[in-house]
Amino acid sequence: MIEFHNVFFSYQPGKDILKNINLKVNKGELLAILGPNGAGKTTLIKHINGLLKPQRGYVEVLGMNTKETTVAVLARHVGFVFQNPDHQLFAETVEKEIMFALINFNFPENEIKERVEKILHELDLIEYRNRSPFMLSGGERKRVALASVLCYDPSILILDEPTIGQDYRQKLNLINLINKLNKEGKTVIIVTHDIEFVADFIPRCIIMSDGRIVADGPTEEVLTNSKLLLENSLLPPQLVEISLALNISPPTINFEKLVSFIRKIIESEE
Amino acid sequence: MIDFFMGMMRMGIIEVRNLTFKYANSDKPSLYNINLSIDKGEFLLITGPTGCGKTTLCKCLNGLIPNSYNGDFNGEVIIDGLSTKEHPVHEIAQHVGLVFQDPENELFCTSVEKEIAFGPENLGLSREEIRRRVEEAMAMVGISHLRERSPYELSGGEQQKVAIAALLAMKPKILVLDEPTSNLDPFSAYSILNLLFNLKKEYEMTIILIEHRLDMVAKIVDRCVIMNEGRIIAIGPPEEVLYSDIVESIGIGIPKIVKLVKTLGLSSRPLSSNVLADILKVKK
Repeated sequence: MIEFHNVFFSYQPGKDILKNINLKVNKGELLAILGPNGAGKTTLIKHINGLLKPQRGYVEVLGMNTKETTVAVLARHVGFVFQNPDHQLFAETVEKEIMFALINFNFPENEIKERVEKILHELDLIEYRNRSPFMLSGGERKRVALASVLCYDPSILILDEPTIGQDYRQKLNLINLINKLNKEGKTVIIVTHDIEFVADFIPRCIIMSDGRIVADGPTEEVLTNSKLLLENSLLPPQLVEISLALNISPPTINFEKLVSFIRKIIESEE
Repeated sequence: MIDFFMGMMRMGIIEVRNLTFKYANSDKPSLYNINLSIDKGEFLLITGPTGCGKTTLCKCLNGLIPNSYNGDFNGEVIIDGLSTKEHPVHEIAQHVGLVFQDPENELFCTSVEKEIAFGPENLGLSREEIRRRVEEAMAMVGISHLRERSPYELSGGEQQKVAIAALLAMKPKILVLDEPTSNLDPFSAYSILNLLFNLKKEYEMTIILIEHRLDMVAKIVDRCVIMNEGRIIAIGPPEEVLYSDIVESIGIGIPKIVKLVKTLGLSSRPLSSNVLADILKVKK
């Protein structure tokens, strides 16, 4: 449903930010993109909703070539939640913020009402509906930004650093919501530095470095390759670090597996 | 006589006594009856779920509350002998440096050197003294090689180091940092936390850190304070606090190693994988 074919992109001539990106994402997938700052992660995802167009190669989203499709058309299908919620919030109240896209996409009035109620509940924002988004905390503003995208039900959801400013419990709420949306058939792409969140919850993982995709596969495989992680300025997840310290090979990101490995170590000693 | 009693009470460099604070526009207090004594040279972690009051507590530690915020302030905060009720923020600020989440909001000069010199210049110090302080601050955080760069072209981690150096040039005894790593990639976060550990070890600075990445900080702090709904609910050495059941019950992200050791039912309380390896007698 999303395909990148030999995509190159640069903001300045001679300084490629994306270097020959090939990527295929199927409908209903849940994947994370990791990588150091400046790796090209944000540039890549901006190609999915057509904010940026490839200079060489092409990107297809739901069968549409992004070069031949306007951002307005793509936006109906690709919901984009920015890293910094202040880059997308502007309305006087939380409720108006959420209604904005629905009005623009010409939803009928009664449906707008229904959708707003539903999303305010789902994201635990009911008590803030008449408050200004700018009076809320960073974590709350992030939820408002998410609500303003989820309300129009795009089939592809892109989240840039969704866990920043969220505590552990809010992260659990976030992944529950993501899993629910994913089960309903939505494709979800998360760009993040939060390697623990990816290790715990996201099945497919891509690592970008210096404009290239350097790894793409099941998270259990990608995030247990500590050599690959360190080469790309990433720190291994805690469970991998523990596996390595205990000489467990191959290392694992699976808690239960690690518990049973350690039980074996203890038994072999006794 | 008074001196004698003060000596007996063994004053911390920060003393928080029966502190309750309610913001003017809020219907309930953000902090309830906080008591906390922090020793000189201590590295203290404060953590807890969103809205627990930790940022409000930080603002009390440099006098921003009660001096710049309206609200009901009860109790007392004494910083290096100065009560924040009786001394203005600019005076307290010479004892406590406050570092925020987003360094970009604090930086405004055209070069790293000028950024760091700005504070000392405002103290009206001599040129030589300013120069000395700038050099020293850059050396302390390891950014001397960035002196001529513009803060805006630096990475987030480097910017955060510039913000910290700018505070160090004011020679505070205490640093308070409110989630200084949350916008940084893991490598930069790690280098900032390492830097804090060195400031404590090499320069005996008192460091108060608000942080969610407990796995990274548990190994380097002396004490943990856990807050929930405006109260301190646990305080003590990290291995005691992070292994306590109360911490799990309020839903903060405890380090994986703690979860693992609890599940295995081991009696020791390691906080690093190397210590766990020693306990299990794994050959290296």
